[in-house]
Amino acid sequence: MKVLVPVKRVVDYNVKVRVKSDQTGVELANIKMSMNPFDEIAVEEAIRLKEKGIATEVVVVSIGVQQCTETLRTALAMGADRGILVQTDVTTESLAVAKVLAKIAAEEAPGLIILGKQAIDDDANQTGQMLAGLLGWAQGTFASKVDPQGDTVNVTREIDGGLETVALKLPAIVTTDLRLNEPRYASLPNIMKAKSKPIANKTPADYGVDMTPRLTTLKVTEPAKRQAGIKVKSVDELVAKLKEMGAVA
Amino acid sequence: MPFYRAPVKDTLFVLEAVAGLYNQSHVPGFEAVSPDLVEAVLNEGGKFCAEVLAPLNLPGDQQGCTRHPDGSVTAPDGFKAAYKAFCDGGWGGLIASEHHGGQGLPYTIGAVMQEFIAASNMAFGMYPGLSEGAQAAIEVVGSPEQKAKWLPNMVQGRWTGTMNLTEPHCGTDLGLIRTRAEPNADGSYAITGTKIFISAGEHDLSENIIHLVLAKTPGAPDSVKGISLFIVPKFIVHDDGSLGARNAVSCGSIEHKMGIHGNATCVMNYDGATGYMLGEEMKGLAAMFIMMNAARLGVGIQGLAQADAAYQNAVEYAKGRLQGRSLTGPKNPEGKADPIIVHPDVRRMLMDARAFTEAMRALVLWGAIRVDLSRKAPDAAEREMADNLISLLTPVIKGYGTDRGYEVATNCQQVLGGHGYIAEWGMEQFVRDARIAMIYEGTNGIQALDLVGRKLGAKGGRGTQAWLSLVGSDLAAAAADDRLAFLTAPLGKALADVQAGIMWLLQNGMANPDNAGAGATAFMRMLGHAALGHMWLKMAMASQAALDAGTTDPDFHTAKLITARYFAARVLPETASLRAQLEAGADVVMALPEAMF
Ligand SMILES: Cc1cc2nc3c(=O)[nH]c(=O)nc-3n(C[C@H](O)[C@H](O)[C@H](O)COP(=O)(O)OP(=O)(O)OC[C@H]3O[C@@H](n4cnc5c(N)ncnc54)[C@H](O)[C@@H]3O)c2cc1C
Repeated sequence: MKVLVPVKRVVDYNVKVRVKSDQTGVELANIKMSMNPFDEIAVEEAIRLKEKGIATEVVVVSIGVQQCTETLRTALAMGADRGILVQTDVTTESLAVAKVLAKIAAEEAPGLIILGKQAIDDDANQTGQMLAGLLGWAQGTFASKVDPQGDTVNVTREIDGGLETVALKLPAIVTTDLRLNEPRYASLPNIMKAKSKPIANKTPADYGVDMTPRLTTLKVTEPAKRQAGIKVKSVDELVAKLKEMGAVA
Repeated sequence: MPFYRAPVKDTLFVLEAVAGLYNQSHVPGFEAVSPDLVEAVLNEGGKFCAEVLAPLNLPGDQQGCTRHPDGSVTAPDGFKAAYKAFCDGGWGGLIASEHHGGQGLPYTIGAVMQEFIAASNMAFGMYPGLSEGAQAAIEVVGSPEQKAKWLPNMVQGRWTGTMNLTEPHCGTDLGLIRTRAEPNADGSYAITGTKIFISAGEHDLSENIIHLVLAKTPGAPDSVKGISLFIVPKFIVHDDGSLGARNAVSCGSIEHKMGIHGNATCVMNYDGATGYMLGEEMKGLAAMFIMMNAARLGVGIQGLAQADAAYQNAVEYAKGRLQGRSLTGPKNPEGKADPIIVHPDVRRMLMDARAFTEAMRALVLWGAIRVDLSRKAPDAAEREMADNLISLLTPVIKGYGTDRGYEVATNCQQVLGGHGYIAEWGMEQFVRDARIAMIYEGTNGIQALDLVGRKLGAKGGRGTQAWLSLVGSDLAAAAADDRLAFLTAPLGKALADVQAGIMWLLQNGMANPDNAGAGATAFMRMLGHAALGHMWLKMAMASQAALDAGTTDPDFHTAKLITARYFAARVLPETASLRAQLEAGADVVMALPEAMF
């Protein structure tokens, strides 16, 4: 079984993002970029499936600017087998990404597509679901356990009430939650090897997808600054204050 | 809890613009070294250091190492697992030859990783660090059989190595060594004696520990000329590579000390332990110096590393801590006070730190390329030139680098005020850890003496001449650009001070060697300032060129030029007073009779 893992290049999670002065977005120039952490979990899961002999090949795909090659190399250094770069300079919106991925899925015919449940830049949490819709495949989102059995996969999902396990017919879509696994650090020999693993260069046009953004961002602003609090001396005073503010009845 | 982020971006800039890493494709081992690969290695290596090693630094310091009643020693919690992850990741074999299972990358890349490792956890880094030194000695002087027997497991990290020079009565003066090596019938030796202060002498990270021990064979002269070097394993290794009996070497105790608590500093007792001679008899010190030179660079890197770790945390704190108002009116009017980074005196400490760390990193990596060239350049003249330069600068990188690294760490501690003194912020640990780097691997006093007594005049002063003319030609190249006059003028003066200092030493050091001894430390600092000034010149030229070419990262290069300006205006002028100190001569230093102390 082939496993396809889409990986997104996002602002590194350690970076404190700043809003651009013209409020059109956040500052991205010359800022450390890394693989979306949920996607790292997806790559790790795919590699583990390969190590268990369940997956035969792990293909990673990134859609975005030329530098997404670095993100692909990171995945290759972790242990993925080959990469596909779909190069575009436009803002990547979930639906357009899902459409490109659907075309790639048709070409590559993977048994599983494992995506991060969301990307930490726009937190959309919908690409995997849209992709499942476009392909008409089953989906297991927010996975904390992925267990393929023959032509099905059991996916344990993290839901509000606890854990839910669903059995999906393959091919299927899985999106990863934080507790699925702890991604490995790329080893030095694998970083060296990743250099010579193939990356195919494509464009959205190759897949007949128009990625022109459909959303217009009106304005991006910083979250409101936290106001200074007040200190209370006792629980009674706290309750009184809360009542005063109308926070409790 | 302090944090650490590997300075990958600055390092990549230095590797390209100052060290010229990508212009060495004529050198074996550099063919495959592309910017992409280096960036990937440093990003992943830096991430490992920041996420795995750095979080163990403070707890490792607080817990320290433990010696158990049976003489075994355990490193702090988490070190063993981190060490396994380090080895599984192949990081221990970064520069080791592919022949022994390493990756064969340039020493320069290894030097970068040494910085990242030491900055995230210096005590941890010493376990693989000393092992790398021991491997280097075996690689250079070992017989083919010895290399095959010891190196592969050491490269993998399953076995670690140590350096055993120091004894209770002898540290600097190794001629006093008493440890004895008596020949056995089978060609091995029985080693007997006590070594002290042996870093990583006993611990639980590796399956075997390979001690490299200096000792004297029977009848050997009672001086450094009588010293031989021996391999003494903790466990005897059979010919098939399996581990045999425990050798007669044991850890008598571990020291309680100021810093690097996570690294075991051991008293090692050799009671007729089986050892194997490494290299030629009575050439032990020369063999040891193979690893010593690399080790001295490594210690200089520790100075840089502690300074940078401290700097990163000081900046973070200075931006967040609200205290007092700016002298020129509120900068944070909505708050009750301004962040302390507005205060010029806090800025002074941060700028001092940054002006040091960035240029020191450049000097280390510029030097590291010379190490690679001295070992591997195809052309003998290029090898020799590189060797002359790095020989001259090794005591500077070690001595000056760790003196200043410690100063910077202390100043960064100062930025945190009282919190800098409190353990949980980690700043006092950086200072304590930085302190040892000025002492071991040859005290900084000895580095200064090595510089003035040996290196300046080595090979008729060829290294010195080469370095002076390199700085001179870079100054000449920059002279046309008025925009760099802020730096070329003070650097020219500093260089003149260094040259005058050399002349003074030539004229006065011969007549009275105490003149050289009394001024050595001042001279080393003067040369260090000038060497960093040279690095600032190289960086300023590269950054100015990048700005002229419309770089996509103007902030980075503008910051370089601003920091260069600070260094030129506030640090370089110190060479004049250092020169005055030097030229004051030995008399003022030695005049007070010993009895009057
Ligand atoms: C934590 C720690 C780890 C260490 N790790 C190791 C290790 O792994 N292996 C190992 O072999 N050793 C190790 N050492 C030992 C270390 O290298 C020595 O302590 C150091 O070389 C100084 O030797 P000493 O302590 O005997 O001081 P001394 O040699 O007694 O020096 C005392 C002072 O006198 C000065 N001095 C001495 N001789 C001269 C001279 N000729 N001219 C001018 N000044 C002089 C020195 O600069 C110093 O200031 C370690 C030490 C420590 C504290």
